Amino acid sequence: MERRLNMAKKESSFLNMVLTLFMVTFIASAALGYLYELTKGPIAASKLAKLNNAITQVVPEFDTIPGSEIYKMGIDGDTLVFYPARKNGELVGTAVSTFTNNGFSGYIKLMVGFLPDGTIHNISVLEHEETPGLGDKMQKNKSKWSIQFNGKNPADFKLKVTKDRGDVDAITASTISSRAFCDAVDRAYKAYMEGGKK
Amino acid sequence: MDYIIIIISAIFVNNILLAQFLGVCPFIGVSSKVETSIGMAGAVTFVMVIATIVTYLLQKYVLEAFGITFMQTITFILVIASLVQLVEIILKKVSPALYQALGIFLPLITTNCAVLGVAILAVQKDYNLIGSVVFAISNAIGFGLALVIFAGLREHMDMVNIPKGMKGVPIAFVVAGLLALAFMGFTGLV
Amino acid sequence: MSQWKNFSKGIFKENAVFVLFLGLCPTLGVTSSAINGLGMGLATTFVLVMSNLVVSIVKSQIPDKVRIPSFIVIIASFVTMVELVMQAYIPALFEQLGLFIPLIVVNCLVLGRSEAFASKNSVLSSIIDGVGMGLGFSIALTILGGVREILGSGTIFGFNLHMFPVDEEGNPITMIVFVLAPGAFIALGYLIVLINKINKKNA
Repeated sequence: MERRLNMAKKESSFLNMVLTLFMVTFIASAALGYLYELTKGPIAASKLAKLNNAITQVVPEFDTIPGSEIYKMGIDGDTLVFYPARKNGELVGTAVSTFTNNGFSGYIKLMVGFLPDGTIHNISVLEHEETPGLGDKMQKNKSKWSIQFNGKNPADFKLKVTKDRGDVDAITASTISSRAFCDAVDRAYKAYMEGGKK
Repeated sequence: MDYIIIIISAIFVNNILLAQFLGVCPFIGVSSKVETSIGMAGAVTFVMVIATIVTYLLQKYVLEAFGITFMQTITFILVIASLVQLVEIILKKVSPALYQALGIFLPLITTNCAVLGVAILAVQKDYNLIGSVVFAISNAIGFGLALVIFAGLREHMDMVNIPKGMKGVPIAFVVAGLLALAFMGFTGLV
Repeated sequence: MSQWKNFSKGIFKENAVFVLFLGLCPTLGVTSSAINGLGMGLATTFVLVMSNLVVSIVKSQIPDKVRIPSFIVIIASFVTMVELVMQAYIPALFEQLGLFIPLIVVNCLVLGRSEAFASKNSVLSSIIDGVGMGLGFSIALTILGGVREILGSGTIFGFNLHMFPVDEEGNPITMIVFVLAPGAFIALGYLIVLINKINKKNA
């Protein structure tokens, strides 16, 4: 280490220590506060864009601003959020953010789009921790599995896997993940039919 | 019922070491003897529980109350660092015996990501105070369990003939992988 | 020590992951794909270089006894900056890396370099040390992520390699265990053996 400098360190007196720590934290917080103000807008925008994207994917074409109209419903210890989508003032579909705790690794969050009559338009997965290569086939970019729900009305399409005498073909070797997926969709459907339609 | 799910999930299913990779440095570093690994587990449990309580209160009554949640990382790490110092000082005065047992591990804990990780996770998962404490204790137990099992395995590994290139850390990683594989058998339990 | 040696030591001889075994948590936690490994490596490199820079500038102004807490605050500030910026401009990667971004703060590699190098060396040397160490860390994470991605998903940086047989639905049958937790440990174990071998040959 040829460049080792003269180590003229400040003395560790009490005043020096307190002052130094105060200065360091003060400058750090000031810098972060400034950066926080700068990034606040973009962070909010990127979160909104993600939500918009999820809504747009699961309901038919609409002309309202996604997420501008929302209402919530408390159910089973969590909340379902409803995002109605309208075209020319008429309801074309409602995106429902729903959940289940029964996944192979616990919590799964879905966005399910319903047409006004309760028919499922499309489903996208928002959050999950299912096993890669098995349970994660519920994601559209991993496999076509979840397409079987599209265009089905749960009134005559039983939201249960075939093993439980339902109409849903489970993901191979991932019955638990498939059951959980059905559970989340079913929760959204029931809430939507019982009073989520506005 | 919810607490039982938190406990089983933290100890077995999402084991902090083997499934979430928090605290791997001490896992590889101090796990060559069962005795030292028990000491380490004790020290981590101690700090993890206190840190989670303090950071929980800070998050709820300071950071969220004043809308400065972006200061979370700085606040939490400072709390943990000072807590470790404090615990060290108090332990020295109050219980020299316990200090003897845990003392050498305490300074290592500041940079143990398991402690900071659990504090942040408890906030992210939105537990209440009791839930956070249960979460911290079960994670600490999960950490200790994995550490002690692994130390036991490593003690035995010293006695067997291992290819020269695999000796030490590489074989430790492979064995840790097998242990993680065994723990995967617990998934689907909750 | 020449600056070239100062730079290259972090990549080969003192590689944080493969040789010094520092920063193992993110190494194992985020490397289920090459791109995640690279992202994490670059985020860590930024924090490493910036904190090395600041520490080497202010080193003479900081009393010895509050050295560590001051370093921690400096590092934590840069980590928070990375958090905010990633959340704003690359939210997808931010979500993938999740908890491991704030945890850069307790990466022993970062505090270790501040304490062992930047607090004793000139500004220029400290920056070069940070870049070298960070690059070595990034390369290690990308290699590990790449190996796990190829074996576990049959892709590299998202490109399908078509190296595994497919099932009736057209999904490749891969060695899933490598993208799961156990695969991380096992892949790293064997990579360390390999790197040791190469290092020995060159030495």
